[in-house]
Amino acid sequence: MEIGIEHYLTVAAMLFTLGVFGIFLNRKNVIIILLSVELILLSVNINLVAFSSYMGDLVGQVFTMLILTVAAAEASIGLAILVVYFRNRGSIAVEDIHLMKG
Amino acid sequence: MIVAICFYIFAAVLVGSAVMVVFSKNPVHSVLFLILAFFNAAGLFVLLGAEFVAMILVIVYVGAVAVMFLFVVMMLDINFTELRKGVQDYLPIGLLIGFILLAEIAAIAGGWSMTDGIATTITSATPPASEVTNTDAIGRVLYTDYIFLFQVAGLILLVAMIGAIVLTHRNRSGVKKQDIGKQVRRRRHEAYEAVKVKPGEGI
Repeated sequence: MEIGIEHYLTVAAMLFTLGVFGIFLNRKNVIIILLSVELILLSVNINLVAFSSYMGDLVGQVFTMLILTVAAAEASIGLAILVVYFRNRGSIAVEDIHLMKG
Repeated sequence: MIVAICFYIFAAVLVGSAVMVVFSKNPVHSVLFLILAFFNAAGLFVLLGAEFVAMILVIVYVGAVAVMFLFVVMMLDINFTELRKGVQDYLPIGLLIGFILLAEIAAIAGGWSMTDGIATTITSATPPASEVTNTDAIGRVLYTDYIFLFQVAGLILLVAMIGAIVLTHRNRSGVKKQDIGKQVRRRRHEAYEAVKVKPGEGI
């Protein structure tokens, strides 16, 4: 039983779909939305590493590390905004965030 | 054979914990399931021969990002049952979008194949694993061909760090803090005064 690249791509596709699904399902909870974004980035990383491994090209793994960096930065900034918002409003309901009328 | 068994275990736990991240009622449990998902993804990376990325995933994601999420979830005093109220309303549209997305990905995957000449486009080929370890190989590529990307990544982290500190830092009144400038500016005559105390009276 040979594990090919398709197996990894299938797992990554399922993870990506679950992440998008999580964003739609938990529309009110910013924390779960951020966790879902992390899931999506993880699925992208699995794709990159799978291609890198099966093609014998190291660039995919280098790029994975750059995505990890950006994901860490995004999570820290997102949580900082969340903390400030909670301090000012006392709630983190996404639907109340319409002060900028965007 | 053992690789296949490991793959299916890791993949099943990974997808299962991702489902629990999305469906869990308590965000603390969601974060813990996310940590489990990261561990299993690291297992998949090890199976793919990318040990360094796997270890980075465990250290950076589990050690830093997930713990940061845990801190924030536990620090904020939020009524989570209030936030769960709309889930039933969003379930059909979420399922629809998820199904469409999965169908599209499946359609792409069904008609997908590697181009014949793809091997000629490889820019930095993986050296044989018997000669060079994965970490060594990545280091050789990362610090030569991709040094600018590496430094830009460092800059992104710096900006994120400064941004997070600037956003969350606040000056509260009534809190005693060390003010080094004030300490250095202080002169002797401000610091103490000599008082003549009459005997038997005190100050």
